[in-house]
Parts: sequence; C-alpha cells; structure tokens
Amino acid sequence: MWLMQPFNERSTQLFIGVLLAAMTLVTLLHVVVPAGHPLHVNAYTVNLFGKYLSYALLAVAVDLVWGYLGILSLGHGAFFAIGGYAMGMYLMRQIGDRGTYGDPVLPDFMVFLSWESLPWYWLGFDMAWFAFLMVLLAPGALALVFGFLAFRSRVTGVYLSIITQALTFALMLAFYRNEMGFGGSDGLTDFRDILGFNLRSNETRLGLFLATGVALGAGYLLCRAIVGSKLGRVCVATRDAEARTRFLGYRVERFQLFVFVVSAMLAGLAGALYVPQVGIINPSEFSPIFSIEIVLWVALGGRATLYGAVIGAILVNYAKTVFTGVMPDAWLFALGAMFVLVTVFLPKGVAGLFAYRLKRRRDHSDATPGQEVTS
Amino acid sequence: MRSLLLFWLLVLLVMPLTANAQTSADDEAAIELLEALDVDSFPAKGEAINAIVASDDERARAWLQALLDGRLQRADDGRFVVVLDNTGRDWPVEDALSGEALGEMSRRDLDRIGINNALRNQLRSVIAVVDLYSPNLDRRRTSAERLLGEVDEELAEPIEALIEEEEDARVRQRLTLALAIHRLEQGDILAIEHLDGSLHPRVRVALNQATNSDDEEIAAAAATALGNIEQNLRLNRAAETLYFGLSMGSVLVLAAIGLAITFGVMGVINMAHGELIMLGAYTTWAMQQLIPGQPGLALILSIPAGFMVAALAGIAIERGVIQFLKGRPLETLLATFGVSLILQQLVRTAISPQNRTVVSPEWLSGSLVVNDALSLTLNRMYVIGFALVVFAALMLVMRRTRLGLEVRAVTQNRAMARSMGIRATRVDILTFGLGSGVAGLAGVALSQLTNVGPNLGQNYIIDSFMVVVFGGVGNLWGTLVAGLSLGVINQVLEPWAGAVLAKIIMLVFIILFIQKRPRGLFPQKGRAAEG
Amino acid sequence: MSLIKSLSQRDRVFDFMAPAESPVDVRHGPILYMEDVTVSFDGFKAINDLNLTVDDGELRCIIGPNGAGKTTMMDIITGKTRPDQGKVWFGARHNLLTMNEPDIAALGIGRKFQKPTVFEALSVFENLELAMTADKRVLPTLFARLEGPARERIDEVLEMTGLAEQRRRPAGVLSHGQKQWLEIGMLLMQRPRLLLVDEPVAGMTEQEMERTAELLTGLAGKQSVVVVEHDMGFVRSIARKVTVLHQGSVLAEGSMDQVQNDPRVIEVYLGESEEAA
Repeated sequence: MWLMQPFNERSTQLFIGVLLAAMTLVTLLHVVVPAGHPLHVNAYTVNLFGKYLSYALLAVAVDLVWGYLGILSLGHGAFFAIGGYAMGMYLMRQIGDRGTYGDPVLPDFMVFLSWESLPWYWLGFDMAWFAFLMVLLAPGALALVFGFLAFRSRVTGVYLSIITQALTFALMLAFYRNEMGFGGSDGLTDFRDILGFNLRSNETRLGLFLATGVALGAGYLLCRAIVGSKLGRVCVATRDAEARTRFLGYRVERFQLFVFVVSAMLAGLAGALYVPQVGIINPSEFSPIFSIEIVLWVALGGRATLYGAVIGAILVNYAKTVFTGVMPDAWLFALGAMFVLVTVFLPKGVAGLFAYRLKRRRDHSDATPGQEVTS
Repeated sequence: MRSLLLFWLLVLLVMPLTANAQTSADDEAAIELLEALDVDSFPAKGEAINAIVASDDERARAWLQALLDGRLQRADDGRFVVVLDNTGRDWPVEDALSGEALGEMSRRDLDRIGINNALRNQLRSVIAVVDLYSPNLDRRRTSAERLLGEVDEELAEPIEALIEEEEDARVRQRLTLALAIHRLEQGDILAIEHLDGSLHPRVRVALNQATNSDDEEIAAAAATALGNIEQNLRLNRAAETLYFGLSMGSVLVLAAIGLAITFGVMGVINMAHGELIMLGAYTTWAMQQLIPGQPGLALILSIPAGFMVAALAGIAIERGVIQFLKGRPLETLLATFGVSLILQQLVRTAISPQNRTVVSPEWLSGSLVVNDALSLTLNRMYVIGFALVVFAALMLVMRRTRLGLEVRAVTQNRAMARSMGIRATRVDILTFGLGSGVAGLAGVALSQLTNVGPNLGQNYIIDSFMVVVFGGVGNLWGTLVAGLSLGVINQVLEPWAGAVLAKIIMLVFIILFIQKRPRGLFPQKGRAAEG
Repeated sequence: MSLIKSLSQRDRVFDFMAPAESPVDVRHGPILYMEDVTVSFDGFKAINDLNLTVDDGELRCIIGPNGAGKTTMMDIITGKTRPDQGKVWFGARHNLLTMNEPDIAALGIGRKFQKPTVFEALSVFENLELAMTADKRVLPTLFARLEGPARERIDEVLEMTGLAEQRRRPAGVLSHGQKQWLEIGMLLMQRPRLLLVDEPVAGMTEQEMERTAELLTGLAGKQSVVVVEHDMGFVRSIARKVTVLHQGSVLAEGSMDQVQNDPRVIEVYLGESEEAA
C-alpha cells in the first residue's frame, strides 16, 4: 500500500519503532509498576507526554510545509487552534446540563451572555463524528481559501510569512470577541467527558496519550509518504527553484496548496488531541508568538527531516516545563537565545548533527536525497 | 554690555518689592469691601455685593461664592476668613485676603455673614456675570461660555447691556447666543436667526426643545435651523475623523518607516523592530527620571537620545546576529524574533513588568479649537508634524547624501558596489543603525500617546509590517501613503465596527490586497525586484 | 564519438527525441511570432517594438550587448513577464500572452536559464525524472511510479549528457559545466517543440562547447531552437541565422557574415566595448 512505502527507509522504521517502544514503555510504567515505585509514571506525566506528542504532530505539520516546500508559515498555530476549538465545541456540548447554569443545550458562557439559542455554526457538534470531521475540515478549509489566494498570486517567502502571521493575529482578535460565540477570552473549558469517558480519569488520560501517539505515527507516515513520492520531489524542486519548476510544466501553486492543506489538517488534528488533554482552549493559541515558537521547534530539531521536528518539539517543550517550574523569568531569555543560537550556529538543527555523523561514517557518494537543507 | 546686565539685575531685584507694595494697597481696599458686607441691613449688603463686583478684585468671585455658601465668616480678631470645611467642631479656615491657610478655628470664634433669599438670587446671577466685567479677556470668554443655556430673566438685561459694550467678538458672539437661547425659550422666533449655524451642543438642545413648541412657526423654523446645523456637524465630524486618522496613520508611518529601510532597502526582516520602538519609549521615560520636573526638556532631549539608543541597539543586533545570516531571510526573521523576546524580558526584569508613566509637557496638552464641534488635540498635531519631519529627513538622507547613494548602490548590486570601493559592511551598519534609530524616534513619539510597557513594541510590529507590505517594499513614499491611508480607513471603520473588528477588517483587507498586488501599492518593477 | 554518431540519427535510436504529438499549428508558417512587443520597467523600455519570427525547425542565434533585452524576451515568451503591448503567438493557434508558465511549458516550450538552474537538493536522476513528460497534475504526481520505459529514457539521457556516473549524486555538487549539461538533459526530457537556450556554454571547456554545439545543431530541424549567446566563436559554429538585439528591438538579422559587416552592428558593439574598457 502506498502509505506503507516509507517503511523501505531505515529512518522511518527507526522512528516508528522508537515511538511504539516509548508508548509501550509509558503504558507499562503507568499501569504495571505500582504507584510509589520510583519507576512509576503517574497520570500527570502521562498527560504531559500526551501534550508533547500533540505538539510533535504539530511540528511535523509545520516541517512538511517549511522543510519541504520552503513556506515558512507563521500562522500554523491558527490551524492548531481551530482544530482545538472544533474539539472544544464537541466537549462543550458533551457537558449537557451539568454546567453551572444547567442549560441542557447552551454552554455556560452563552447563558451568561443571555443568548437564546445556539448559533448555527455550533449545530452538529454534539455528534462526535461530525465534530471529528470538522477537526480536519475546518482548518483544511481555511488553509484552502487562504492558500488558494496566496499561492495563486505567488505570495511567497517573507511576504507569505508575514501575512500568515497577520492571519493568525486577526483570528486571535476575532476569537477574543464574545460576539464570535467561542467563549471570548476565557475560551472553552470545564469539559467533562469524551465519547462517554470521564476526562479526569487516569484511564482516559492514558487513552488520549496513546491516541495521540498513534496519530503522530500515522501523521508521520503520511508526511513521509508524501515527501518520498514524486510530489515530494516537486515540492523540494519548488522550494529551491520555483520558477524552474514552473517552466517544467508543474502548476506550482496547486502543489503548494495541496501540501499546505494537508499540513493544516494535521495541525488541526494535533490541536484536537491537545485540547482534551489540557482541558481548555482559548484565543491565546492563536497568538503569533506561539506560531513562531512552533517554527523554533522545527528549526532546533532540524528542518526537512520530519523526525527532527518531533525531537525539537519534545526537547523545547520539556525545557519549557523544567524552566517555567524552576525559574519562570528565565524562560523567555532561554527561548530567545535558542532562536538566535539555532539559526546562527545550528542551521540544520539537532538532526543535522546526526546526519553529519552518519554521513561521515557512510560512503560519501551515497548521499541521501532530499535532506540537503538550503534556505 | 556690563551696565545692561546690571540694570536687568536691578530690575529683577526690585520687581518683587513693588509687587508686594501693590498687594498691600489692594488689601486695604479689599478689607473695606468686605467690611461693607458685615452690616445688618440686607439692602446695604446688596450694595456691598455690587461694589465687590465693580471692584474688579481678582478674589471677588471667591468671596461671593463663599458668601453664597455661608463660608465667608469673620473671626473674633476681625479677620475675614473662608471656612473650608464646616463639619465638626473645629473648622479649617484660610485667610479671605491672602488665601493662606490659618489652621483650624473653633466654630465659636467665628461669625457668619448672613444673607437672605433675595441676596442669594442676586449672588447667583452676579457670580455668573462677575467675570464678564473683568478686564481679563480669558475670564470674560470662560464666563460667557458658561452662560450658554443658563441665562434667566434676571440676567437677560445686564447681558444685553454687556453685548453693546463688549469689545471682543468672541465674547460678544457667545453672549448673543446665550441671550438668543433665552429668548427662544421665551418664544421669540427671531432668536432662531441668531442660533442658526452655531455648533454648540446647548444650541442644539434649545432648538430641539423648540421643535416641540406649540407654536408651529417656531417649531418649523427650529427644525430648519437644526437641519442646517446637523449637516454642518457631519462635515466637522468627517474632518475630525480625518484628523484622527491622519494622526494614527502618522504613528503607523513612524513605526513602519524604520522597517521600510531595514526590510525594504536591506531585505532584512527585523522582528525586533518593535522592541527598538519600545527602547525609544523607555529612553523618554528614563530621560524624565533624569531630569525631574522638566518633562518638556526631557522630551526634546529624548529625541536624539532615543535615536541613539535604538540605533546602537540595532547596530548591535546587526553585528551580533544578522550579519551571519546574509541571504537567509527566513532565518533572520527567526533569529531577530529571538532577540525581541530577550529585549522584552530584559525590560521586564531590569525595569518592571508594569507600564511606566511618561508625563506629557504642558505645550503638548490642550487643543486647537476650530469651532464648537471641532477641536484638534495638540499632541496628535505634533505627532503628525513629527512624522512628516522624520519622513522628510529620511528622504533627504536617502536622496541627497553620500550614504543614501551608497545604500541604493549596495541594494541594487552588492558585488558591484563593493568593487567600486563602497564598503558594503559599513553601509549595512549605517543603514541598519538609521532604520533602528527611526524606530527609536517612533518610540519617543509613542510614549506621548500610549502606555510605555514591555509589550509596546509587540503591538506595533504586525501593523508596521502591514504598512510596509501594503505600501510596496523598498519604497518610502509607499510607506507614507500606506500608513496614512490605513490610519484613516481604520478611523472611518471604527465608529460602526468597533476598534477590534476594525482592526480585523484592516488585516483581512491587507491580506486580500496582497493577493491582488503582491508587491504593494507602489511596486518596484524589473529584474532587480525579482530576487 | 559514438555518441555523436548516434546523435545524428537520434530520432531513430531515441524514440523519445521525436517531438511529442503537439497541438501546435505550424502549417501557416512560423512557430514563434512576436509583433510590436513592448515592456517597460519604471519607464525604462527593456523591450521596444520587438518583432521576431522563428520558423519551425529553425536554429536561431540571438546576440546583443548587455541590456539589449535578451533575457526579458525569453521571460515574455515563457510567460514570466507580461508585455505592456504587442502579440506573441506560438504557432497559429496559441496566444502565449493569455497563458501561464506551466501551460506554456506543457505546450512544448522549454527553457534553459542563463545561470544553470537545477534542483540542487535532488539527485541528477531525480532532476531528469521531474523534467520528463508525464501527467503533471497534483494527484497523479503524488501516486506516480517510475515504470521501466521511463527509467530507460532517463538512463539514455544520462548516457548522452555524460552524467551516468553522477546519477545518484545531488545536483548541487556537480561542476558548472555538468550543471549546464544536466539542464540541457532536462530540456531533452521535456521534448519541447521550441527550446529557448540562454547562454548554454558559459563556464564550459572547449571540448564541452563543441559537444554542446553538436547537440544543438543536431536538434534543429525537428525542434526549433533559439540560442542566446555572448560567445561569438560558439555562435559562428552553430549559426545559420543570427538576430542582433539592441535596446530592446531588432537591429539586424541575417547570416553571421551579413550581420558582422552591418555598420550599425559594428557601431553598437565597438561603442559598447569602448565604454566597457
């Protein structure tokens, strides 16, 4: 099958192997090892890992467009957030009459704003299948419209980065407004259960962690299959010499649009998995800073490798957890310094270090295609 | 030369003395005026009040007001005092003549100068018009202003008399209006003629009431006059929107024009540009801390200081980070974003996460009154002027100086410029310094308009990029036109969309605009622009 | 030498060299027809009332001093730049001014850039794979698989361009001359009706130049070739008809000898060389 083709590559086998091993290990340490034992992984940590994995999926989505297509999106947080909101709306409807105001249909914030009925765009979100579909379709549709306009008029490079940033900024402002019907600055929260499982139970948390792991694996495979196909090579060609690719007869804008939409959907999926694990979604996920941070994860891990994005997302977020716990003021210094140091001294990221060592060991003429990073 | 100096010194020394002498002469007359109040007969008190009004003493108003409130009292030692607070047993008082605080006095030691209802009415009207008799023009103006809509039967006559005597056209106009409002209330249709065309809100209130009048003729005339006024008002509101828009646009231009240089001319994306603006604003704050009590001087000194601070910071960024990322615009964007985070956090840690207050000097506050419906605040006007001056200066630098020539040469063909002996590195440093310095200037200007805090820059960076991209990269004129028009459009949208929605609309508009014209309003054409 | 021999009978040996079925209508004359084309950048007229016709199967050389508008002319033909006015027709049926780059490429106009542009991160083989005529829509490209015949075609072009040994190396590590050859190879994979070749021999050794000359002259006849070149020796070695561009319009046209003796051409070139010195 087409999706299984990436298994021909050593890196994919390794990645999926490590991912499965990690998921198994965490599950065992959580379930089998008794609480109190030094090796026991508690529910909080499982939840934290689940959060990291959803960030990792988001980073893979960004790497797909930045690493292989050369499009630096500073607005991927928007797709992540929209996916998250779609999931949040479902979880909100699941609360039913257990909210503070006890309204069987309206979420608390709507009762508070004394709204009479659900706005039309909230309809259907009580059905899981519809909400889960929207998790993919809503960010995909936004990416389709935005990408169609942008790529058709050949807005690329820095310009595209700036207008993607403007996009997420505009959405942030919009979602902060109560009139939008997404809970304003408080966002959506106080979720109870998902598909009938209590969100606060340890079993559900483990389940969400595993689901996120599976989603990451599947997303990784999909991206690998794409970049390993001829389409992936067209992307790299576009990244390095867009005009040349056009003169070969490829409609570059359609390729860009396709990959951009796929990436946005993956980001939306990541957001949807993130929300039930952190228990809240609010407009701050739209903030331009978050979107730039995602790019840093990818840059730190190593562009155009996909597994580098995963490494970067986990490393940076682990560092963030540690830092904000120990000395919160220093975190922004550390983050800022990372941006500078990675771009200046480590343009190929952590994965670049691996690749460099591997390359030196391997036969020189057998260079791996598609891993050469040019900016 | 020397004798002249000596003369001025003498004058300076003598002046306070003569001033003192005058005061004591005044005081004697003042005591006489007040003594006249302390009589038993109410008609005599009325006379005394009129005498005070006619005296033209600066303190007359305060006395009369105190008298009306029952706070003008006489102490046991014969001094006249004004009671500041008559609750409790001991009252804080001040001297009625000198105004100096006399501490607290027991109520038993004080004797109130009593008045009756007739005197109370007399006082009320007299206080309203007392300033009208003042030789001081400003006072007469303020007083006439206050009379609009407050004229009653009693005042009508003296005011009519005053109109005849008044020399100042503005006071006369105001009094005429005040009288006309009164007359209209009395049902005088001819008064409408005087009211037509005035933009004062009280006039509109009066005319609005008149449209409900039983007299159909008056109602119709008032409605016509009101219609004219409304039309005039709309025009003035449009002018005001334009003014607000231009001033907001000027802020955008100031914030963006430095970016237009670093981004447009050098092709460098400096995400820390907003933080350079912030540094300029903090420089103003620091300058005011250094020179306390002189906000004006501090502000003026901040202009060069803000420029230098931001320029040096910019050069440090260029040397420390950007020069290693030549030809990698996306990496530059990320690295400078890192710098912006560091700068923000630095300010939070070193100064405070809270906003700092920057004082506005007096000459910046106040406004220029065009008419009753339109007054232009001075700080906005200064911002517009400042933006234009900065813009003109930049144009001069780019067009007329050696640096400008070299910058343009390096922009167009780096290798060629280099081979012709232009030191490209030096040009980079200077260009970046210039662009960053202008950001500092923007910060100085912004410190007068908004809160100075660590997030100041963040709020402007996206807007600035929008302005540059909208105007067309590499084109300073484009930045000017784009900034001003975005400011105006935003102000036009705001009333019916609200501030947030207006901003969203603007962003969406620009995003769509870029699709239509990817190279902005004023694109650069040709092969050089393809890079 | 066997290579050259095989080149001379290429349409029999390499079936892919035979022009693909193309809807281009050349029954009524030229394959490329440009009339009164003008384009200006900020008031500067890069192309000024340019008239040019290229016949089907012709090999045309275009020379001209720097800034004569040679590259801009190619930009216009390939749809990269839109002229302010004028007509550009490909055959009698296709108005190029209404089409975009991929459409024009699909129609059978291939272009080699002045600066060799190959996809540096991709291997030589992959470069040729992308250039190959195929269904170039998104989904077919996503699921495309390289079949045997296509693989053979790539191998043949690799052989012909002397890049067989480099097939797995990233194009970025090739020498300048090799990149030129790779780009020519990519053009061959496209099987265009009209080849626009911008300075093909810049950076090549004498030997490589000779091979290029043979390849280009070999192509002419079945395919139309327009070569922009500075190297006069090279132009003389391949040219049948030469067009001289100057300040955006045609200054002279004819055989190499005719053109070289044209007093206007001499003036332009001598004037230029004096200024440059």
